[in-house]
Amino acid sequence: MSHKSRSRTVLNRQPRAAVFAALGDEMRLALVAKLCAGQPRSISELTEGSRLTRQAVTKHLRVLEGVGIVRSNHRGRETRFEFDPQPIEGMKQYLDFVSQQWDQALARLKALVEK
Amino acid sequence: MNDRIEKRIELKAPVARVWRALTDYREFGEWFCVKLEGPFVPGQISRGQITHPGYEHIKWAATVQKMEPERLFSFTWPHPKSIHKADYPADCSNEPTTLVEFRLEKTASGTLLVLTESGFDKLPGDRRLEAFRRNDGGWTEQMKNIEKYVTQKP
Repeated sequence: MSHKSRSRTVLNRQPRAAVFAALGDEMRLALVAKLCAGQPRSISELTEGSRLTRQAVTKHLRVLEGVGIVRSNHRGRETRFEFDPQPIEGMKQYLDFVSQQWDQALARLKALVEK
Repeated sequence: MNDRIEKRIELKAPVARVWRALTDYREFGEWFCVKLEGPFVPGQISRGQITHPGYEHIKWAATVQKMEPERLFSFTWPHPKSIHKADYPADCSNEPTTLVEFRLEKTASGTLLVLTESGFDKLPGDRRLEAFRRNDGGWTEQMKNIEKYVTQKP
């Protein structure tokens, strides 16, 4: 639990560009696609049916964890990984919000200069 | 996913009129909903208080970048971690900024105003907007956005 909360705090401060860089890899995109289903998965489950070794999958998962879109939880001796859309959705929503504010401000500007 | 905002708007008013509405601090304050302390000067920080209902706790502090008469007005401004009253920072001078640019172009019917705000990719990914957070949209759309982004900019 403490691991989970610590990683969230640290990772959410990563610049968004880092999120995109982490996703600029076919294998990592494939892992994210698997985790998008919503179920936390173990490394074994994520390695199944893939050409990659367990070590390679772990490495990719750590990169995704490093930018905060995947987080890991320990249950007993097993580590399970799950998808965390928050950093990406948060930025998208922030951009939408700023964009809406501009629409409203520009509408007021238009009303002022066309008066 | 874009890292910038761009808006294009046609205004039925001469370029000189639009320029004044953008760069006269009182006129800017009127449509932007901010009470500014004084005129815009390139290289200097413009200060004031937001008057938009619900955002009155927000201080305006933007650094004026360029003022090329009737062509370009730009400033940088901070994006603090939260804009909520409870945890809005007293001092935003160390917060990451974005660049806002207004470009004007004369058209047959008046003025074309192009607004861009850029540099969102430099903001930490933790800008908090709980009060505005919607529950629609979601990850399916985000996946498409990411795919598009990574195919376009590998």
